[in-house]
Amino acid sequence: MIVQQIFNGLALGMSYALIAVGYSLVFGILRLINFSHGSVYAFGAHMVLMFVSMNLGLIPAIFLSILLTGLLGMLIDKTALQPLRKKKSIPIAGLITTIGISYIIQNMLMILFGSERKPFPALFDKGMINILSVQISSTQVFMMVVSILLLAIMTFVINKTKIGLAMRALSQNVKAAHLMGINVNFVVIFTFFLGGASAAIAGTLISGYYQIVYPTMGFVAGLKAFSAAVLGGIGVLHGAVIGGLIVGVSESLAAAFLGGTYRDAVSFIVLIIVLVLKPDGLFGKKGIMKV
Amino acid sequence: MLKIHNLNTHYGNIHALKGIDLAVNQGEIVSLIGSNGAGKSTTLLTIAGLLKPTAGSITFKGREISNQPPHEIVKMGISLSPEGREVFPGLSVSENLTLGAFIMKDKAKIKTAFERVYELFPRLKERRNQVAGTLSGGEQQMLAIARALMAEPQLLMLDEPSLGLAPNIVAMIFELIQSINQQGTTIMLIEQNANMAMNVSHRTYVLETGKISLQGDSKELIKNQEVKRAYLGVV
Repeated sequence: MIVQQIFNGLALGMSYALIAVGYSLVFGILRLINFSHGSVYAFGAHMVLMFVSMNLGLIPAIFLSILLTGLLGMLIDKTALQPLRKKKSIPIAGLITTIGISYIIQNMLMILFGSERKPFPALFDKGMINILSVQISSTQVFMMVVSILLLAIMTFVINKTKIGLAMRALSQNVKAAHLMGINVNFVVIFTFFLGGASAAIAGTLISGYYQIVYPTMGFVAGLKAFSAAVLGGIGVLHGAVIGGLIVGVSESLAAAFLGGTYRDAVSFIVLIIVLVLKPDGLFGKKGIMKV
Repeated sequence: MLKIHNLNTHYGNIHALKGIDLAVNQGEIVSLIGSNGAGKSTTLLTIAGLLKPTAGSITFKGREISNQPPHEIVKMGISLSPEGREVFPGLSVSENLTLGAFIMKDKAKIKTAFERVYELFPRLKERRNQVAGTLSGGEQQMLAIARALMAEPQLLMLDEPSLGLAPNIVAMIFELIQSINQQGTTIMLIEQNANMAMNVSHRTYVLETGKISLQGDSKELIKNQEVKRAYLGVV
């Protein structure tokens, strides 16, 4: 039973990690908490549903959604956040802006798709696999494999490519990044694309798991992923992954042993305990706010 | 090479540069001296495109650059080693240098640039895998200069390269500045240490509260009574 629940939690946690990475990436380079990210995730899930209903087939629908959601991320930065940076506005202005955008996206989804819960196609549903009395659904295995693969690709991009080096430079010293000849706005907008694209993938995986989508689905998932990012140490990529797994596992253990009602609260209790013990998060760097 | 005419820059409400005219010719070392708050760093940051002038023009090799973003100015051949080093503290020495060559696409050229800076700064070669934040102040300063050189600039701007360094390291840095110049890089140098700056430079501009108050050959200016009293600490 416990092993079973831990596995459920790990599968869910990997997809939280994918959302958490989006918060972490943007925070890492802009020191901005992008509260629109949860709605971007909901947008990604709805786009899959829309393209599927156009009979494009599931796989093309997912790829189109990834692209479109990445573009939405870019659009958010270009239209709302870049002008604020240009005017050197106070950080809180960016934060409020992202909260506003979050509601704009949410309402737009309500207008286009209705606010009710809609069924979402199951992903890669090949029945259950039975390993040593632990029942694992093929969907969960699929979720984990895809998430691990994507996180590996993202780690590669950040650590081994030129744009990744520019992102790391930007996260440490914006002024010096300019002086290196880095087109800072381009790197930021690329980061928003990555964040949006990964949110679309997470949205697809989680919706495929619960087989349900609705416009406000990004609120709680976004908050949990955000707390996962903070728990792991915001701005640190592997921190977001570990944080996501902890949130996922604690959530599914709580659901099994305390009942579904306490599911959401428990992940936040874990967050608070971790922050009291380790204020920078598990892998957080001291003084990262000051960089 | 670089011509600045009637340059005005504001820092919020502060009128930091009030109509500066200066020129840097190919092959020169030009130093810009002046007390704290005179506008020295502001001048370099405006040339680098990090601050936008409110009036005036900056032309580099005949092209107006004051309306260009910083990354385009680097591509045109102007690099700045900023005040306070501003290295990337969490990245290794070689990653810092790779970032210095960010605008270069030719891998062979980047390799040559690495060889060149490692020859100029053997200490950096020894520490190439060390995280920049753990280097000593002098080593970080070397890294900042080396990083600016990685883009193979035609004009290298150095903001306070001697700040906070031990006298023997300062002497070494100034020797390096001269040898970089002899290898063909034009240099614009800002210094608190006016004596050193005037000794290595061909020409000097004196900046006083946002205006050029004196200019001339460094050899001549170093004998100027006013300069001696105000900047060289000689009574």
